[in-house]
Amino acid sequence: MFADYSMTELMSIFAMQGFAGLSLFSIFVLMALGLAIIFGQMGVINMAHGEFMILGAYTTYLTAQVFESVMPGLYGGYFFVAMILAFVVTFALGALVEWLMIRHLYHRPLDTLLATWGLSLILQQTYRSVFGAREVGVSLPDWMMGSIQVTDMVEIPINGLFVMVLSLLIAFAVYLLMFRSGWGRQVRAVVQNRPMAEAVGIDSGRVDRVTFALGCGIAGIAGSAFTMIGSTGPTSGQLYIVDTFLVVVFGGAQSLLGTIASAFTISQAQSTMEFFLSGSMAKVLTLLFVVGILMLRPQGLFALKVRR
Amino acid sequence: MKLSKTQTSTRRSSWTRRHLLGGLMALPALFALSNTALADAANTTGLAVTDDTVKVGILHSITGTMAISETGSVQAEKLAIEQINASGGVLGRQIEYIQEDGASDWPTFAEKSRKLLVNDKVAAVFGCWTSASRKAVLPVFEQYNGMLYYPTFYEGLEQSPNVIYTGQEATQQILASIDWLAKEKGAKTFYLLGSDYIWPRTSNKIARKHIDKLGLKVVGEEYYPLGHTQFNSVINKIKLKKPDVIFASVVGGSNVAFYKQMKAAGVDLTKEKPLLMTISVTEDEILGIGGENVEGAYASMKYFQSLTNANNEAFVKAFKERWGDDIVIGDVTQAAYLGPWLWKAAVEKAGSFDIAKVQAASPGIELTTAPEGYVRIHENHHLWSKARIGQAQTDGQYKLIYETEELMEPNPFPEGYQ
Repeated sequence: MFADYSMTELMSIFAMQGFAGLSLFSIFVLMALGLAIIFGQMGVINMAHGEFMILGAYTTYLTAQVFESVMPGLYGGYFFVAMILAFVVTFALGALVEWLMIRHLYHRPLDTLLATWGLSLILQQTYRSVFGAREVGVSLPDWMMGSIQVTDMVEIPINGLFVMVLSLLIAFAVYLLMFRSGWGRQVRAVVQNRPMAEAVGIDSGRVDRVTFALGCGIAGIAGSAFTMIGSTGPTSGQLYIVDTFLVVVFGGAQSLLGTIASAFTISQAQSTMEFFLSGSMAKVLTLLFVVGILMLRPQGLFALKVRR
Repeated sequence: MKLSKTQTSTRRSSWTRRHLLGGLMALPALFALSNTALADAANTTGLAVTDDTVKVGILHSITGTMAISETGSVQAEKLAIEQINASGGVLGRQIEYIQEDGASDWPTFAEKSRKLLVNDKVAAVFGCWTSASRKAVLPVFEQYNGMLYYPTFYEGLEQSPNVIYTGQEATQQILASIDWLAKEKGAKTFYLLGSDYIWPRTSNKIARKHIDKLGLKVVGEEYYPLGHTQFNSVINKIKLKKPDVIFASVVGGSNVAFYKQMKAAGVDLTKEKPLLMTISVTEDEILGIGGENVEGAYASMKYFQSLTNANNEAFVKAFKERWGDDIVIGDVTQAAYLGPWLWKAAVEKAGSFDIAKVQAASPGIELTTAPEGYVRIHENHHLWSKARIGQAQTDGQYKLIYETEELMEPNPFPEGYQ
């Protein structure tokens, strides 16, 4: 399988695939961070995570439409506005859903699976009624279109770089929020011991709501970023949900660092294999590899050390 | 209506009472007689045909993942039916349609087609889109002897007396495009890429055989699951292999990701190399992909919305008046539009709605009013039609680059390709 290529070609293949892997990695991180916060910290299985992403994507689409028709001169910058709006909209919906539905189900974690699955169906149908069954696409501003030529064969797409920087920034922001702020300390306290946290005066209901909404908001940003690489349809969210759970579970559900490590491992393994084997074969081998590791370490790559 | 009734009755009042009585008594009998006589002549097999109406079925997915593609077909079929009704119907009868939803689910397609044929006794069904749905309904149509007008370009290798195929089969689309690439563009190497299901795989099998036959070379073949959005790796492979042609049969939403990522990775389709030939991206898909991402790609279809002929201009105008100005019309939509018109022509040639007679009358039926120009039904129930190559423009339309001079004979079983 390596014999068909010369040494220099192999070098550039690994460089190109390494970069393809990095951009897959940043997509995984964006998808999984929101879920890791909700599933890892709260134990809620949010099957509607994909639909929150799609809400972010549709928000971006609408923003792009508005910019295009009202202020075409500023189109180059629409994306930043769109991302903020996507976050705000999904955050708000997340808070609403938590208040209406999730908070009644905290003692029945498996039921959150059913409830959020129902929610995902409702959201899908809503998107279909509002935006139609047809998939919509957003055109990129010119500055995001090109690629940077590194060598003859290695070219790095600018939008890929953009997603990468974005996901690193968001991961860093989440890290600050969870580990370097008072609020993060409250979240972690509630996760580890709810009665004790309440006893020291933490409003655990409010912490839950903000945590859930934050997870949804990050999903919205992820969806917004996805409009750069793919299309948006009512059921597009379903495509991401399996990969997302895979990343979160493999990383060890309660560890954000684990999520990032697992996203990196899976994406690099998949992208390198994808070049030499067919796409489906690479996926199968990746899954086998993940299942193998999970059999040895059921708690995932990184486990939180708590006294049970 | 009311006025004419009063007029008749005033005229009648001048008749003698005996005349009137006799007339009144004879009237229902006459009515019944004419009813059976007329219906008998045109329909001996108990189809849902009355003196004034005839029922047909429309069977497409209006929910589920295929709804995106099949919506256009439904609109085209309804438009054709409305136009036929406005021009006097079929054998003097207005067409009524019963619409069923296949829901993108093949068993549902089979079940609904059984319902249409057995319970509703429709005279014809216009429908199906994917090969999988057609394969699912085929035994039902053969068992209950119905007529299906199937609009999608497909892989061929099939022929049924109960189906009229109004789209192209493989030789009219795949072989024609490869011949053109080899002859006009001097293409030597091909990279085959498709979504992972029956149609792209069969299409590429046929393409590969033909490429081998011409003495050219396939340098890569690759399939990705439906809905896949990560094409970075395959684009890298394409860049490394430097094929003359990327032969693409990626379907649905994946196309958006594929073309956007190609563009971002610096593959310029407007250049001479690599050329991209798609057999799956119609104007409908470009709407989602965005014209600027797909600009320069070639498509092998028999119909483009931009065709300039009087038939097509009238069709596009009527379509937009009926379904909205911002709509686009793709290849399959036009093929779906042909269905009701071909059926009407066959029924009128047969002088009957009977399935057997319509089947017998079908070969040789021609449409001079088809938006694609002119079509004729072959003995093998496929259409003689032109093969056309278009190049995608930034406005989302195809520019006609090449068309065969003669109509291409449909050949669903090309030698050596089974």
